[in-house]
Amino acid sequence: MTPFSFDRASDADHALHLAQRGGRYLGGGTNLVDLMRETVERPAALVDVTALSRDIAETADGGLMIGAAVSNTALAAHPLVRSRYPVLARAILAGASAQIRNMATVGGNLLQRTRCTYFYDVEGSRCNKRQPGQGCDAKDGFNRIHAILGASNACVATHPSDMCVALAALDATVHLSSPGGTRTLPLTELHRLPGDHPELDTMLEPGELITAVELPSSSLAAHSTYRKVRDRASYAFALVSVAAALEVADGQVRDVRIALGGVAHKPWRAMKAEAVLRGGPASVSAFRAAAEAELAAAVPLRDNGFKIELATRTITAVLAELAGVDA
Amino acid sequence: MPITVNGMSIPLLADPRVSLLDLLREELHLSGTKKGCNQGACGACTVLVDGERIVSCLALAVQYDGRAVTTIEGLAQDDRLHPLQAAFIEHDGFQCGYCTPGQICSAVAMADEIARGVPSHVTADLDRSAMTHTRDEVRERMSGNLCRCGAHNGIVDAILEVYGTSNAKLLEAAE
Repeated sequence: MTPFSFDRASDADHALHLAQRGGRYLGGGTNLVDLMRETVERPAALVDVTALSRDIAETADGGLMIGAAVSNTALAAHPLVRSRYPVLARAILAGASAQIRNMATVGGNLLQRTRCTYFYDVEGSRCNKRQPGQGCDAKDGFNRIHAILGASNACVATHPSDMCVALAALDATVHLSSPGGTRTLPLTELHRLPGDHPELDTMLEPGELITAVELPSSSLAAHSTYRKVRDRASYAFALVSVAAALEVADGQVRDVRIALGGVAHKPWRAMKAEAVLRGGPASVSAFRAAAEAELAAAVPLRDNGFKIELATRTITAVLAELAGVDA
Repeated sequence: MPITVNGMSIPLLADPRVSLLDLLREELHLSGTKKGCNQGACGACTVLVDGERIVSCLALAVQYDGRAVTTIEGLAQDDRLHPLQAAFIEHDGFQCGYCTPGQICSAVAMADEIARGVPSHVTADLDRSAMTHTRDEVRERMSGNLCRCGAHNGIVDAILEVYGTSNAKLLEAAE
């Protein structure tokens, strides 16, 4: 690990002050410490932000405000998350191990970096995300776990978070602070597609700090779930995951939200599938057609073509489960 | 503020790169906590911090300033084994024993999580606050602790003996 200085921030303003000369924010450390040990990341200064808010509080309009330092375990276990946003509790519980969920913060989960093996392989592989302009060994390498949607010539990595997939489906917003003031971003606009700059995972400005995540009030969200397909039954990253919420009345889809994990450089909100479904029949054939519409733009690499059918079937199955019909 | 390890107050090291795992093993010579993968994937380094389980390899010791750490050495009382340690022996919950301290620390915290109503990936009904120790629940909740000898069945048996309720046993019989 490259030497670094360490400071502990007492609150958001203190954190912004401590990080003004290029310090990196540290939450639970479950990803950043690992990347530093592998020398993928070499920050000169760390600013511990685990003293940010750990509160989960109802907002005036009936949503939830979640402090950036809330642990993944605490968020998944919260009674209002379990009853009003089950997709979020399910997504978090499908990720990592209990030990890591205890350590990991909400803010840190949002800023997880890809688990692309070429990104981690400092000694042996070229990676444009790790070293811009170097080339990408994943594109023509072993790319079974890589992206099928929104990838570029420069990068085919996927975003690893389960929690973020649920947040994308729930229309969450992220609260940000910087020396210039505060702003909010929709969760779906926090992460970016790789394009020519895969070294940038998010739209955050340098030094900008995540202080909270806000969930809007939603009657739809109470009827939601998360399904994760992976190589083993527990403690593995998603090959494909689906977060969805569905409201059906008189056999018609009144409203729907769908987001996909494991398929792109960011949590993938399935707007095309949602548009196809809204107002149409809540039938398995309609669910399948909507999933196919979303995946029509998918581009397979050498080893990951199976993800297209896997994602299509998983979307169909999750919607069928929520609608209470046989897939 | 110092870190407290098994009730002993420990001054922090000057170098912030030192992981909690390396502090325990290399500085305090508490070698019960094991270094397996050193990347958070195996659970051999699991310890309790204020009663919650974490992987000490991914924890910078400096972040745990002021917190209370319990390792496997802190679970037994003098020569009396913790009930879970005795149950692991009884049920052959290990072969080589390398993952065992992490398994036991993890299981102690797992029982507390269940008692507090923390759900898991296999909990069918999220609205229920009362959790039970079924075999499936224990297997899922212990998935962060790998055993390369493959003693997982004995490990689950040992945990169920100590923490399983009659309710859980009835549920298993019904499965």
